[in-house]
Amino acid sequence: MMQEGLDDGPDFLSEEDRGPRAVNVDLQTDATLQVDISDALSERDKVKFTVHTKSTLPNFKQNEFSVVRQHEEFIWLHDSFVENEEYAGYIIPPAPPRPDFDASREKLQKLGEGEGSMTKEEFTKMKQELEAEYLAIFKKTVAMHEVFLCRVAAHPVLRKDLNFHVFLEYNQDLSVRGKNKKEKLEDFFKNVVKSADGVLVAGVKDVDDFFEHEKTFLLEYHNRVKDSSAKSDRMIRSHKSAADDINRIASTLYTLGTQDSTDLCKFFLKVSELFEKTRKIEARVAADEDLKLADLLKYYLRESQAAKDLLYRRGRALVDYENANKALDKARAKNKDVLQAETTQQVCCQKFEKISESAKQELIDFKTRRVAAFRKNLVELAELELKHAKGNLQLLQSCLGVLKGDT
Amino acid sequence: MSGSCGRNPPPFPDNEDLEAEIDARVLDSDEEDEGEDIFTGARSKPTTPTSAPDEGDIFSEEGSYIRSDVHHTTNGLHSDEELDLFTEATVELTLTNTTSQGRREIIGPTASACNTTHVPNSILKPSIVTKTMEELEEEESGDQFELNIAVTNPEKIGDGMTAYMSYKVSTQTTLPMFANKTFTVRRRFSDFLGLYEKMSAKNSLMGCIIPPAPQKSVVGMTKVKVGKEDSSSAEFVEKRRAALERYLQRVVAHPSLLQDPDVREFLERDELPRAVNTQTLSGPGLLKMINRASDAVNKMTIKINESDNWFESKLQEVENEEQLLRRLHAAVDSLVNHRKELCINTAVFSKSVAMLGSVEENSALSRALSQLAEVEDKMEQLHQQQAFSDFFILAELLADYVRLLGAVRCCFEQRMKVWQRLQEAQITLQKKREAEAKLLWANKPEKLQQAKDDINEWESKVSQYERDFERVTCTVRKEVLRFEKEKARDFKQHIVKYLESLLHTQHRLVKCWEAFLPEAKAIA
Repeated sequence: MMQEGLDDGPDFLSEEDRGPRAVNVDLQTDATLQVDISDALSERDKVKFTVHTKSTLPNFKQNEFSVVRQHEEFIWLHDSFVENEEYAGYIIPPAPPRPDFDASREKLQKLGEGEGSMTKEEFTKMKQELEAEYLAIFKKTVAMHEVFLCRVAAHPVLRKDLNFHVFLEYNQDLSVRGKNKKEKLEDFFKNVVKSADGVLVAGVKDVDDFFEHEKTFLLEYHNRVKDSSAKSDRMIRSHKSAADDINRIASTLYTLGTQDSTDLCKFFLKVSELFEKTRKIEARVAADEDLKLADLLKYYLRESQAAKDLLYRRGRALVDYENANKALDKARAKNKDVLQAETTQQVCCQKFEKISESAKQELIDFKTRRVAAFRKNLVELAELELKHAKGNLQLLQSCLGVLKGDT
Repeated sequence: MSGSCGRNPPPFPDNEDLEAEIDARVLDSDEEDEGEDIFTGARSKPTTPTSAPDEGDIFSEEGSYIRSDVHHTTNGLHSDEELDLFTEATVELTLTNTTSQGRREIIGPTASACNTTHVPNSILKPSIVTKTMEELEEEESGDQFELNIAVTNPEKIGDGMTAYMSYKVSTQTTLPMFANKTFTVRRRFSDFLGLYEKMSAKNSLMGCIIPPAPQKSVVGMTKVKVGKEDSSSAEFVEKRRAALERYLQRVVAHPSLLQDPDVREFLERDELPRAVNTQTLSGPGLLKMINRASDAVNKMTIKINESDNWFESKLQEVENEEQLLRRLHAAVDSLVNHRKELCINTAVFSKSVAMLGSVEENSALSRALSQLAEVEDKMEQLHQQQAFSDFFILAELLADYVRLLGAVRCCFEQRMKVWQRLQEAQITLQKKREAEAKLLWANKPEKLQQAKDDINEWESKVSQYERDFERVTCTVRKEVLRFEKEKARDFKQHIVKYLESLLHTQHRLVKCWEAFLPEAKAIA
């Protein structure tokens, strides 16, 4: 129903910010490889992203090219990173969440059903509102997919990944199907095993102070961010509801004002106009808080989880290494399969050391990124809040001036 | 009808000048506007009686003169700050001894009432122009009379289920019909209801708009009686106190009701006999319910042949407006609830951010996050105050007017009833005449005298009822016009006040974020 209206997707992106929309991450845009999502189309259940790449790297056939990708293909790419042993020592950029228009679609449906019970103006207004909401969710999902790609492109090792290049360049369908039920079930069990294992591994005290500290820190940080993220969502929802109420007040005042042409009615009309405008500002405040605060917290929830995963992998490798050492000692004592035990131990040692080395740097980078992102977003949040409050102030002052002058 | 006040109103030109003067003062400085708030005993806008010639006539009638005086409220307003009684009522920020004492009294019953009674303080700006009552009286020619009422100091008397709240009703007036210039009595809620019942009964077929009394609330009162001392019961008491105050102010603003001895007794007399017929399950209570039901049925069947359809169209207008105001009230109510929700969620979020800040390793970011937590905390307070304004300035106004419009409809119904009575009398008269004619024809002289007497009786009744109908028609018209003026003024005043509260909130918001911005920028 409404989707048809939004199929003319291209225009909506030609809005405020056209540059790298990487809101939650402060990335150095590097000329050798620049990736962004230049366009997006919403079709029924699917969103099609146009991934646009600019690169001076020799492995690409052209310097500039675009392909169309869907959400599942992003997930495929992310999973391929996670499953790749080589990347065990890196924080894998968190996968973008699935585009979720269900809530919005439900509201639109309800609106359609309730069309008879409200005036034409109210209906058009609410429809516009819901369309704006739909658009906002749309923009957010585009931003989140873009951030993922930009993080990969900015990572010195991941950017060279073959799958990534295929993802960027191969202009046919990657034929990546979403996981079927069996695979989803397998995933579920894998996760259960992993978290159980994670607890075991976490219990092992680390020799290295740095990592031990990081472990404790990340655990607590992750929990706190989770809490803040959920609470910011609730707060912003209340804010949006209040803005909706102001909308209803404005419409009813308008109806009251059109009943007659007395002084009082003219008064009502002016106030209705004011509330219309302040409501728009309040809605923007809620939207900006959502973007700058809630999204920031959500993103770092996912990133801190990815960091925890890294620590888990390292912990796992450490346990493996220690087990291999014990096995080697045993083998030497029994003088049986010593060579095998030695090779195993070597492999484990190498793996562990490789992970440790890169992990340290990754975690330090994570810190820097986090601080920079929070700074950027908090500053922007404060600036936007100020801008909107001042806007409101001006509207109220001028309206009050008019109203008081009249009476 | 209401007695004449026996005074000669001063010529109107004086009124005009004085009011123009006062107008200028009111519009002059923001401070004075800030000083006016719903808790004072007076309204803030003077009327301009000479705005239309025919309305001028209305105001020169008996009793209405007093009403225009009540609206020289700037006097009352500023004098409020001087009189002890009214500083308690206004809960202003002027820190005189009496004020703080008064505030303590209000906070008396429950400690948690602090929340709700302190909050209005911070809505108001601190600067309040103080003028002594004497100065103001000199400024006017001293011919004006005023009447200010405040309802304050709710106190719980007794314990358990027989407990009740007692309110202090303070009146300050220069009207000669009262014994003193200022006086105080204590009243309980059922006293107010009793007053309404009395006025209702007396004016039942007069066509006056009787302001409805605040509604009963079993849930609210039970909580208070049981002694549950939390913010919701404190809020309930505050809501009721404010409603009672507005009710009395409306009553005395009505020119003929002010003359009513019951009203005077209510304001002056120390002890009032307990009004028992206000209990829901009492005999009179049940009777009322039955009457109301039968009235509803009657309404549907009567239609008056009107020469002009002013009444019909006005009634339609009133009904439409009532419906729209109900809708508006629902929306404002929803806003109040969502703001309260926002308030709670912001507080929770603030704590969460503070925790996050304490975990964060980077010290600048950690500091910024705790600053953010503080900002959110301040926002929570702002939201709470705003919700308070939303409720007391806007929602209660709308609720009051929905009920007032119901009272207006009542007037129209009363007129309907009077007309019906007239119709019935005319029909009876007609029957009597026919009976007489029949007797004449049947030649029964003994019964003729009886028939003639009957006819005379009914003829005088019919002419009485005709006069009644004329009078009611006239009264209803007058009342509706007066009501509309008052309504327009009330709405404008309250909405302006509401917008000012919004303005205030936005100011504070700007300050909050301006303080935060450098902290955010300092993150490194």
